[in-house]
Amino acid sequence: MTTNIILAGVGGQGVLTVAAILDTACLNNGLFFKQSEVHGMSQRGGVVYSHVRISDDVIYSDIIPMGHADIILSTEPMELLRYLPYLKKDGWLLTDSETFENIANYPQKERIFESIKTHPNHLIVEATDIAQKLGNAKASNLVMLGVLSNHIPIKERALRAAIKSLFDKKGDRILELNLKAFDAGRECVLEVV
Amino acid sequence: MRHIVMGDEAVAQGALDAGISGVYAYPGTPSTEITEYIQKYKKEHHLDIHASWSTNEKTALEAALGMSYAGKRALVAMKHVGLNVAMDAFMNMAISGIHGGLVIVVADDPSMHSSQNEQDSRYLAHFAKIPIFEPSNQQEAYDGVRHAFNISERLELPVLLRLVTRLAHSRSLVSFNVPDQQNEKSFIPNIDRFKMIPSKARPQYDKLVAKTQVLRTCAEESPFNQLSIGHDFSLGIVASGIAYNYLMENFEHNKCPYTVLKLSQYPLPFEQLKYLNDTCKQILVLEDGYPFVEEQLHDFFETDHKVIGKLTRHLNRTGELNPDWVAKALGLKEMNTVEIPAFVQARPPQLCEGCGHIDTFNALKEIQKIIGDKQIFGDIGCYALGALPPYNIISTLIDMGSSITMAKGAADAGVFPAIAIIGDSTFTHSGMTGLLDCVNDQSPVTIVISDNSAIAMTGGQDSSALAKLKNICLGLGVAPEHVRIMEPLPKNHELNVALLKEEIEYKGVSVIISQRACVRLPIDRKKIAKELSYV
Repeated sequence: MTTNIILAGVGGQGVLTVAAILDTACLNNGLFFKQSEVHGMSQRGGVVYSHVRISDDVIYSDIIPMGHADIILSTEPMELLRYLPYLKKDGWLLTDSETFENIANYPQKERIFESIKTHPNHLIVEATDIAQKLGNAKASNLVMLGVLSNHIPIKERALRAAIKSLFDKKGDRILELNLKAFDAGRECVLEVV
Repeated sequence: MRHIVMGDEAVAQGALDAGISGVYAYPGTPSTEITEYIQKYKKEHHLDIHASWSTNEKTALEAALGMSYAGKRALVAMKHVGLNVAMDAFMNMAISGIHGGLVIVVADDPSMHSSQNEQDSRYLAHFAKIPIFEPSNQQEAYDGVRHAFNISERLELPVLLRLVTRLAHSRSLVSFNVPDQQNEKSFIPNIDRFKMIPSKARPQYDKLVAKTQVLRTCAEESPFNQLSIGHDFSLGIVASGIAYNYLMENFEHNKCPYTVLKLSQYPLPFEQLKYLNDTCKQILVLEDGYPFVEEQLHDFFETDHKVIGKLTRHLNRTGELNPDWVAKALGLKEMNTVEIPAFVQARPPQLCEGCGHIDTFNALKEIQKIIGDKQIFGDIGCYALGALPPYNIISTLIDMGSSITMAKGAADAGVFPAIAIIGDSTFTHSGMTGLLDCVNDQSPVTIVISDNSAIAMTGGQDSSALAKLKNICLGLGVAPEHVRIMEPLPKNHELNVALLKEEIEYKGVSVIISQRACVRLPIDRKKIAKELSYV
């Protein structure tokens, strides 16, 4: 049984940090995984995505076949839609509501949300707001990881341990913030937007 | 104990555990992490190995050859186009042969995620007549390096280890093995083969040609080439490197009904391929890159319609391979997928907020308004993003260092002004020789070195050019009054435009060093850059 997740967002939003946490959590949880990413030209402001595949058995392809993604998780709403051809029928769409409008022709917010809402299984979360209230908007990626955690076969304590190992060197304050952001995300099962 | 590593890192650890005495490389996506991993490991474990960046891929490969000549193992790492730069050494070390194991890792980039092309390095290794190792997953990437070093020493040849982006930058769990010790320093008793004057090179080349059969036998016996016999002989499949994963992805529980040759070592193993030809009606070739194997099989098996793949349009001819194309070629059901809404816009990579290149571009924009948009020759680095809106500032971008040399050629053709923009590291990589040509011909060119004290696009590695640019230009003979310095900041815009105009008007060689440290550098490196700056 493989769980296929596409992580999406804009360079600088911490998408690959979420990927790294999932990798470590899989290791802690005794699961097989493959996590591929395209990085390099997108340090800030460009498209970033990662394919994360989790299984209790050997995984072959590093990239998810079209129509096989169980979940698309995004830190930015328009980026969510870029990977729709990968989504399984009735797959989950999980996204932060906060848009990142760094291009001239960014579409109307309403059109984006409308399109997301045509899918039965979706959740638009005010992750940036939540993170801001906790102390730093930059932790919105961890809020989204919390949202994701309710949909994947990785135990919560494996995820918490992974978060600790990743943020340990950054000091107690930052670790605390990120754990709180994760917890807050886990609480988000109902749509607010 | 298993470790989380990406393909690049698996190769790096494999090389360390194979007892390398050095890694030689120039940054290039998707190979950069190989050297970075070794540099980090060296520091943490206080290893006595060489791991600093080279000025370009040619100097890297030649230095590795020097280490090999002295009996020790060396790893070389580069992206696919980097091998173009190192080809002279690459071709000729195959003829001289090597001594200490030499493994050259080349990371190809099918779909050109961050390159000018998607050239397939297997052709170049085939051209040089050396073995190729092409792992299909991260564990194989780790294990394969040691194997590559062993066969390199046994055959006295360099070995190419070929990666693709999707393996280089994909993480999984890998088990490491007990490491080997480094070799002792040693010379071979008869060094004649390294003296490649024609009278000595000719017999060496004959030996290399004869060696192909030995290489082929080595591939036929390789544990990394695996033939698994199926029960449905309507189709036989050759799946090389990562393509093997895409094949197996399409069959649940490993249940592929066809005979499959998993191919990870070249030259092509004829024995196994002959079996496929004799028993299967058609042969599907799956590979990520050019139709390298497919073309050779068309030659081996002369029957019409026998071999299918990219050339027969069963697979995509360009762009990376993926499990969906493989499913299509196998005639498996195509999934009903959702479309991307039309209103989703492209979000191209951008220059960072506050980047010095932006200010340099803004100054050049004023010049472009006067001279038009065809005379500013660009190069490779973050400033290459000047090819995109809103800057649209560079007219050309071909290969490392071509900004200067193209500007010179255009000037020779009467184009005036001819302006080149190049980064600090690209300049030392392959701009210096072009500049010397300009000086010797007194060409009316204006060269702007956009100096951010780093190899920024690949992650901010140390630049070979640090603190040396001005002296290099003076040393090459550029007139001192035409080596100018400017600081690309909004407050200096008018001044910088005036400076550019002055030098552009001069009918000789001008070099303008536009200098400000990359905004992404950590504070300590910014400090050093400031201390060493000319501003």
